[in-house]
Amino acid sequence: MLARRRFLQVGLAGVALLGVARLMQRPEMPAYFRVLDGGSAPLIRALVPVVLAGSLPTREPERDVAIQEVVEAFDRAVAGLTPAVQGEIDDLLGVLCFGPTRLVLTGLWTPIEMAGGEEIAQFLTRWRTGRFDLLRAGYQALTQLIQASWYDNPTAWAVIGYPGPPQMPGRS
Amino acid sequence: MSFPDPIRLGIDRGWKVLDAAAMERDQALEFDVVVIGSGAGGGVSAEILTQAGLNVAIVEEGPLASSTEFKMREREAYPRLYQESAGRQTRDKAITILQGRCVGGSTTVNWTSSFRTPPQTLAHWRAAHGLASMTEAAMQPWFERMEERLAIAPWPVAPNENNDILRRGCEKLGYSSGAIARNVSGCLNLGYCGMGCPTNAKQSMLVTTIPAALDRGATLVQRARVMRFAFDGDRVTSCEARGVASGGAEASPHRLSLRARHFVLAAGAIGSPSILLRSQAPDPALTLGRRTFLHPAVVSAAVMPKAVNGFYGAPQSIYSDHFIEGVSPSGPAAFKLESGPTHPILVGITLPGFGAAHSQLMARLPHVQVAIALLRDGFHPDSAGGRVLLRSDGSPVLDYPISEYLWQGMRQALLVMAEVQFAAGADQVLPVHEAARPVRTWHEARTTIEALPMKALAARVMSAHVMGGCAMGADPRESVVTEAGRHHQLANLSIHDGSIFPTSLGANPQVSIYAQAARMAMGLAASLTRT
Repeated sequence: MLARRRFLQVGLAGVALLGVARLMQRPEMPAYFRVLDGGSAPLIRALVPVVLAGSLPTREPERDVAIQEVVEAFDRAVAGLTPAVQGEIDDLLGVLCFGPTRLVLTGLWTPIEMAGGEEIAQFLTRWRTGRFDLLRAGYQALTQLIQASWYDNPTAWAVIGYPGPPQMPGRS
Repeated sequence: MSFPDPIRLGIDRGWKVLDAAAMERDQALEFDVVVIGSGAGGGVSAEILTQAGLNVAIVEEGPLASSTEFKMREREAYPRLYQESAGRQTRDKAITILQGRCVGGSTTVNWTSSFRTPPQTLAHWRAAHGLASMTEAAMQPWFERMEERLAIAPWPVAPNENNDILRRGCEKLGYSSGAIARNVSGCLNLGYCGMGCPTNAKQSMLVTTIPAALDRGATLVQRARVMRFAFDGDRVTSCEARGVASGGAEASPHRLSLRARHFVLAAGAIGSPSILLRSQAPDPALTLGRRTFLHPAVVSAAVMPKAVNGFYGAPQSIYSDHFIEGVSPSGPAAFKLESGPTHPILVGITLPGFGAAHSQLMARLPHVQVAIALLRDGFHPDSAGGRVLLRSDGSPVLDYPISEYLWQGMRQALLVMAEVQFAAGADQVLPVHEAARPVRTWHEARTTIEALPMKALAARVMSAHVMGGCAMGADPRESVVTEAGRHHQLANLSIHDGSIFPTSLGANPQVSIYAQAARMAMGLAASLTRT
């Protein structure tokens, strides 16, 4: 989604910042994640209820289970991308996890996982209609991966009125 | 009633199938012909070459998946059967490309729409690209041959509501429309063609030409990515392949070396140029990987008063060529109107926006109708297509800047689709664009669409048809292969896939690829069995 070069063209984030964001060690995650780590998993977890507002279950524990399933599906989806595209996603998550680049690109003073839903929605909206291609690309990458990670979940089908695939004759 | 799985039955019969991702040592194999790619071009070529008595290997980057595992689930099908999990994108991320990556290639996952190359396209190739032999009369026997082979025929079943809305809207407005022929046999009208046909009704390469070739002794190498050719003077001596796991990472450190008298490249219009680029093949006129076309498509979603259930039933059964037929190459960008199925992930990632506004539309999924407009690119000088480039890791990426000329065509297409949807009774129409909101009248749609900023990553643009980049032609300064599909500089290399088209087609490409591959493979078989 975001080649590093694009960031530089934009002139918002400098080489140094980006280099540091890339080099920053992000905490490790339990082994069941393939690509997400201790920095990016909570970030995605914070984005999910904003991107899918109005579609997730409202009651606990169903809501929490659904959010967790979306984060896990997001991880699987990214793991299924080519190494080159995975690297771009990793760069994108890296700049969102690293304070200085996050502040410059999203305007958020706090880590995204500590921000309110309204603040997250505001930065996504700014990215969505941003002047720079890379912000719009970043917006589309994050929202589409989260949406793709939710709408094949049978819990979502009940909400959107999708009856699921037809029963096949001769199959259990 | 249960559905036999012709792939599992074939393996039980003793088909020669090798999984490159599971190789435990380097291997070197030798054949008469190595066919790289198992989609529309590779499948047809492999069948014809084996029928001629040649010892053929078919090398496919994706897995050998078959009907037993086609469960009509998007989250399983997209990562397993598509390039880059159905999320392949152009270099600037502005266009998402749906392209198969499995045995059968895109024919395993396409929506079965079957059109001959439009006469107007052939005429343009003769007039502007020097393809004197591309007459309707010359191509007719090849179309007929492949239509018979793949059961391509008008489909007698009524269109689903998603398609019928397109038909009714066009009828109201006096726009021509027609029924789409399909390559199916015993289709149950389920609607899940894009996830692999669970009943083997779709006459894709997976269940037709490839089983026929394997029954005649061909060898299938699955999960093998051809990295590069080795040359000796003007001849290809071998190609080197590596095992590929899901996701595209290299799985096997072991090399597979394939030697042959002749090589047929049929890896699609991104894959074929990328193999030649990695091989540093001769490209004296700088034509390789250039003029790549996409039929870039814009989307219009409507909310209808009655249920549409566009996730069920043949995905594409109605089309309109009203805005393409008779449009001169020097005129505005022409477009073909079709419908798109409304499975949850596909719609979820296509509808713009997020949060409550997005969820409200998704909650109406059974009422959603999806119209798409495919632009005919490559005819006008201001539509020069894209270029296949290699990333630093050698993987291909298509650089396709959308020209102002095409953006204007896309705006026109969004207008026409909204007009058609309202004519068919839509309650709301959403032009699929980041700056658009659902509108309730045609008048409101017109005002909105005329004001939309048409630019990358604002309008959502899709492609399911990659064409060009290894154009055929008589003049080596303007093409990569001859009209017979033979590489201009490499004596024993042919290209038989969608990359040989000098422009886009203005119609879904499978039948054009089948027919060209059959024509070229018959010529090749004759020349290889003569010597």
